[in-house]
Amino acid sequence: MLFIKSINTFGSYLMLMSRVLTKPESWKMFSRQFLRDIYQLGINSIPIVLLISFFIGAVICIQMKLNIESAWMPKFVVGYATREILILEFSSSMMCLILAGKVGSNITSEIGTMRVTQQIDAMEIMGVNSANFLILPKISALVGMIPILVIFSIAAGIVGAYAIGYVTQMMTAEDLTVGLQYEFHQWYIWCSVIKSLFFAFIIASVAAFYGYRVEGGSIEVGKASTDSVVSCSVLILFADIVLTQLLMQ
Amino acid sequence: MIEIKNIHKNFGTQTVLNDVSAVFDNGKTNLIIGQSGAGKTVLLKCIVGLLAPDKGKVLYDGRNVVTFGKKERLMLRREMGMLFQNAALFDSMSVLENVMFPLEMFSDKSYDEKLKRARFCLERVNMIEAQDKSPEELSGGMQKRAAIARAIALEPKYLFCDEPNSGLDPKTSLIIDELIHDITKEYNITTIVNTHDMNSVMGIGDHIIFLANGEISWEGNKEEILHTNSKQLNDFLFSSEILRRVASEKI
Repeated sequence: MLFIKSINTFGSYLMLMSRVLTKPESWKMFSRQFLRDIYQLGINSIPIVLLISFFIGAVICIQMKLNIESAWMPKFVVGYATREILILEFSSSMMCLILAGKVGSNITSEIGTMRVTQQIDAMEIMGVNSANFLILPKISALVGMIPILVIFSIAAGIVGAYAIGYVTQMMTAEDLTVGLQYEFHQWYIWCSVIKSLFFAFIIASVAAFYGYRVEGGSIEVGKASTDSVVSCSVLILFADIVLTQLLMQ
Repeated sequence: MIEIKNIHKNFGTQTVLNDVSAVFDNGKTNLIIGQSGAGKTVLLKCIVGLLAPDKGKVLYDGRNVVTFGKKERLMLRREMGMLFQNAALFDSMSVLENVMFPLEMFSDKSYDEKLKRARFCLERVNMIEAQDKSPEELSGGMQKRAAIARAIALEPKYLFCDEPNSGLDPKTSLIIDELIHDITKEYNITTIVNTHDMNSVMGIGDHIIFLANGEISWEGNKEEILHTNSKQLNDFLFSSEILRRVASEKI
């Protein structure tokens, strides 16, 4: 039963995407929505991304220092491990999990409210492809903004690591710098960005799907928001395994 | 002109519409009345194409929408305007942007011409002063008027109104009714209004169909409705003692 329900849901998602991923009816209106969504989904997320990344960068640095410090380990290992964690997992996967909560619920509740207040019906009656008009700009905006958020997250995490090193005097900036530069592979940054592009698509499309098919009232909108965050998170974690395996081989 | 022929609609084992046929002429305000659950909204949704009837035809000037493909249906929808029960204005846009929306999406005119048309529509419904306000700043009646302006922006051939007076005081309801009626006459539109407001029935009902249990139980106009012998319709119209008294004195 659950399997059939999942297949049905996936089929509905694919049908919605077939309506979303078409040429916009009006490029002017698309670009207006796109810019609005860039601001709402991307620019508005920068403060939370910077804040969380700064503190997580600092915490990773403390944990590394406390847990792997030994006479056998060179001092730069703390910086090296901090960088690798930030680039390979935190700034792409964990940050996208956080964004699934913030941005995903925002998208679901916005589209869900439009559904229950008949705004989507109004568009359909006018002959507007409401799925394309509402969802495509959100997917494009989030996919376009996510690499910037990932880079900001990495940078803020590194700043957090320097800050905690300076404040607690647990390690010197020189040791941290050596660690951050040690065995640096540019490809890891690309991996992080590539993964985040997939995650951004998952967040925007799945959240919009849940919002678009809301039926009922405000309680259903709230339930759809919760469901969308859970689904986005599970899908991101699953995609993370697949993408990491493919990209890091 | 819109003609519906032998419309049937079931939801599971429940029959909501049973062999409904009617003709809605242009230049007339056509009302669909009936108790809650009589099938008014389902009928309107079948007419506008938001629901597909199980059987029957919906003819827009002879064109059967039921057999239309996706593209033809989209093209037809550009000839329609609709006023929803709760106005359904886009809350991320100002009043002017709401009226501009269909023009921006589908009109080939220059921006100045579109703006001129949008302002004309807002002036027509006496809403030009509120053009920069957002929908949540407007009263229910103003939202309905703005929604009418948006509905007529593309000069539709067909106008649909779902419970236009719902949630409005009697005076504002009259204003909305008169606006719908005047616009229908002015532009010779085929207008279908779904209502259970008695003021609308007596005021603007050029053609009225009464739905009961998914079937057309009575058909006529606002003059004929007061003299009907249909018990079902009389029970619906004069459900309160006051209305019965007023009606009998007027007759």
